[in-house]
Amino acid sequence: MSFINKPKVAHPSLPTNALGMTRRQYEGVMSTLCAGCGHDSITAAIVEACWGLAMRPEQLVKLSGIGCSSKTTAYFVSGAHGFNSVHGRMPSIASGANAANRDLTYIGISGDGDSLSIGFGQLAHAIRRNVNMLYLIENNGVYGLTKGQFSASADIGTKAKRGDVNKTPPIDPVLLALSLGATFVARGFSGDKAQLVPLIQAGMRHTGFALIDVLSPCVTFNDHEGSTKSYTFTREHYHPAMEADFVAPAQEIAVDYPSGEAMSVELHDGSRVMLRKLGSSYDPTDASAAYRFIESKLKLNEYVTGLVHIDETGSTEFHTLNKTSAVPLNRIPYEKLSPGSGALDKLLERYR
Amino acid sequence: MPNLASTANRDNDFVVKFANVNGTGSASANSLIMKAIFRMGVPVTGKNYFPSNIQGLPTWYEIRVTREAYAARAGRVDIMVAMNAETYQRDVREVSSGGFLIYDSTWPRSTLLQRGDITVIGVPLAQLVNESFDGARNRILLKNIAYAGAVAALIDVDVEIVNDLLRESYGKKPKLLDSNSKALHLGYDYAKKQFGCPLPLRVRHMDKTRGHIVIDGNTAAGLGCVYAGATVGAWYPITPSTSLMDAFKGFCERYRIDPVSGERNFAVIQAEDELAAIGIVLGASWNGARAFTPTSGPGVSLMNEFVGLAYYAEVPCVIFDVQRVGPSTGMPTRTQQSDIMLCAYASHGDTRHVLLFPANPEECFYMAAQAFDLAERLQTPVFVMSDLDIGMNDWMCRDLKWDDAYRPDRGKMLSAEELAGLDKFYRYVDRDDDAITYRTLPGVNPKGAYFTRGSGHNQFGAYTEDSAEYQAVLDRLKRKFSTAAKYVPKPEVIGNGNNEIGIVSIGSCDGAVREAMDVLARHAIYVDYMRLKAFPFGTEVTSFLSSHPTIFVIEQNRDAQLRSLLILETPVAKFKLHSILSYNGLPMCCDPIVDGIRAVLDDAPRLSAVKS
Repeated sequence: MSFINKPKVAHPSLPTNALGMTRRQYEGVMSTLCAGCGHDSITAAIVEACWGLAMRPEQLVKLSGIGCSSKTTAYFVSGAHGFNSVHGRMPSIASGANAANRDLTYIGISGDGDSLSIGFGQLAHAIRRNVNMLYLIENNGVYGLTKGQFSASADIGTKAKRGDVNKTPPIDPVLLALSLGATFVARGFSGDKAQLVPLIQAGMRHTGFALIDVLSPCVTFNDHEGSTKSYTFTREHYHPAMEADFVAPAQEIAVDYPSGEAMSVELHDGSRVMLRKLGSSYDPTDASAAYRFIESKLKLNEYVTGLVHIDETGSTEFHTLNKTSAVPLNRIPYEKLSPGSGALDKLLERYR
Repeated sequence: MPNLASTANRDNDFVVKFANVNGTGSASANSLIMKAIFRMGVPVTGKNYFPSNIQGLPTWYEIRVTREAYAARAGRVDIMVAMNAETYQRDVREVSSGGFLIYDSTWPRSTLLQRGDITVIGVPLAQLVNESFDGARNRILLKNIAYAGAVAALIDVDVEIVNDLLRESYGKKPKLLDSNSKALHLGYDYAKKQFGCPLPLRVRHMDKTRGHIVIDGNTAAGLGCVYAGATVGAWYPITPSTSLMDAFKGFCERYRIDPVSGERNFAVIQAEDELAAIGIVLGASWNGARAFTPTSGPGVSLMNEFVGLAYYAEVPCVIFDVQRVGPSTGMPTRTQQSDIMLCAYASHGDTRHVLLFPANPEECFYMAAQAFDLAERLQTPVFVMSDLDIGMNDWMCRDLKWDDAYRPDRGKMLSAEELAGLDKFYRYVDRDDDAITYRTLPGVNPKGAYFTRGSGHNQFGAYTEDSAEYQAVLDRLKRKFSTAAKYVPKPEVIGNGNNEIGIVSIGSCDGAVREAMDVLARHAIYVDYMRLKAFPFGTEVTSFLSSHPTIFVIEQNRDAQLRSLLILETPVAKFKLHSILSYNGLPMCCDPIVDGIRAVLDDAPRLSAVKS
């Protein structure tokens, strides 16, 4: 970790967004993670994404479980409420928070231990419930805070710092999310901010559960030779296949996409994701095709990155299915919630 | 012709028990009788003894006709309606001497009858029904109504009231009404013709049910949540709490759907397990919705981790623990009060929680609303400690009332304007010196942002591993719990307060205790009774304990958990507290209380109460 304090004042010439806010105003407290940790790069990408979207800080809700990854919610957007809950249980907190107020933007940060082991059930059911949130897994294949045990995403044959070789098959969060019907599934790499920022923005604006698995090397316990989650290995094996550009509502599309190579998906709030296919011909709206493609590449030790699957119909999103009031539940005045004494008197006739 | 005059005349004071097979539709026939008696103005209680099973196992329903309006199980059976061949022998044994047994004499069972002290009444129910109706399922269902008819005749239930009830149930389905009415009269007319109806155990019109309803505690609690303004309910199905959420959902579908837009002012989430259920409640509650979860002991065990987070991070939440028999899976369809210690100190680390102890469905309704007010006022979990007896049985209680002037107590929650006027907001600073701090909701004002965490934090909400900072927060939480004692409902004390003997009890023991007090008074034993309504215990509790030299603590668990809690949490001398325990899974009845108290008093003749 770093021991210097962040400067309290920002340079006046820092660029501002539509709200007149600088990137600095989207930061949080100083990170206490190890120098060079992939997670800090992801934090920077989130700051960039929120600044770029001109998010009002209080409209964002940050949620996490326990672990190195889960600490990072403190490191961005200090103007947003954060909830660092218990290990593996952030999805239920997010489900409840989202049920209470459908108007806010929810971003959950988790890790491979938090999501794929202790929280596996909660993750699966948050996907199934289709909670409207961005769920970001900072995936490093290792337990950091407890000093380097393999996690459930560790690849077969990967070597721990102390020399153990993993023999049990990994759980891949992307394949998991696809098989459970997630409506937005992406993979990124902490070392590729250019790719990650628009993915985060699109995930935040997606209606429904958006999962981004971000390969995020652990410099302390999993960055050595023989590890398949090291910077070196990841750089050699990550495979950008479906780049996404995020285009805010009413913003002009600035890039000139060659015809047939770009696909525009409109999000609920009028923003768009421009998908650029890189070398592959699969349709990202087809979850089964995406599954087959990712699986075939994983067998070759290739991590396909980019926006793997998107379904923007929003038809199975929690509140859509529940027909929840458009006014968030936590803002409905009590007068509308109580049936009143007259209704009670009438009801009691049933029990006589 | 059986001898029908073999017992003393006991108008409006007897017990009818129905022995059935579960899944055969007997419940509606039994409640038909119960409701008809209630409508005759006669107080009743209904107790259902059912298996953890869908179909085919034995189940019993017990109706106590009680002119004194005693709420407890009677502990005796005067009339057994033995409709289950499998349990027939034990059902015969259970009838009190001088009582009656009604059975289906289509298949005579004379060889199985081994008791000369009861009167057996055979009604050829299957034969009567089979002659009049077709279809196996139909015949099974209507046979229930036929025995209801025979019982109505034998105990003199007003048959017109039974017909009214049938019309209310089947008014819109004339064919069903017709067959049910016909079946009712098959049994009724047969009994009238064959026996000298009524039995000496008969129902006579009274006027003691006006202003009362018959309702179960889970329905009342679900309704209470609606009136409390709860909008998010999360749960994992578990007996005996399931019907609480069913009730909440049903009432919401009735009262909380916008008739024009179809939009719903509520969300009921069936979670994947109890860990998620409580997590959803915390998330929703933290975000400003009133949220709750109904569960039972095994669910509370799973929720422990999150309950500790809610305590430490000060997130309000309401948990209904409809207690059942433990340990482990135990007997899921039997009642107990065995989660007292589990809930009082749920989760690892130093934690203590607010408990409310409703004694009946009426209190479930009011305490539901009160639980939300307390949870938000105190920013902490609140457990409503119901049980299977209260939650799932039919209780006669006073009409529920609602004050339209009620507004939820949201506690110390800062508005956007209040935040705007603040220089800086800190989540855990004790500004008012009452150990309760101010909270904010997401989405209101960026100044209100704070980081909620279960890890060590200081009063500013920041992470800490500093001993003094950590301890300051933990000590404030302790002070907050003392503050809580001033907010929770005070105990109810019955008696003049000057008796040497005191009774302390909680929840569903109440009916049995009150009945026992009447019995004891007949033996010239006079007691003061304090019914605890909440934990933490306030000064009223400690003064009752100190002013009574001999105290009986009555509760439904093996290990005297309430007594332990009193010893831990008040200065009471341990030797003063005598336990009377019932933990067989059946609702408490008065006899063990009377026996238990008399046994101790007989050993202690110095007590003046005995002398008088």
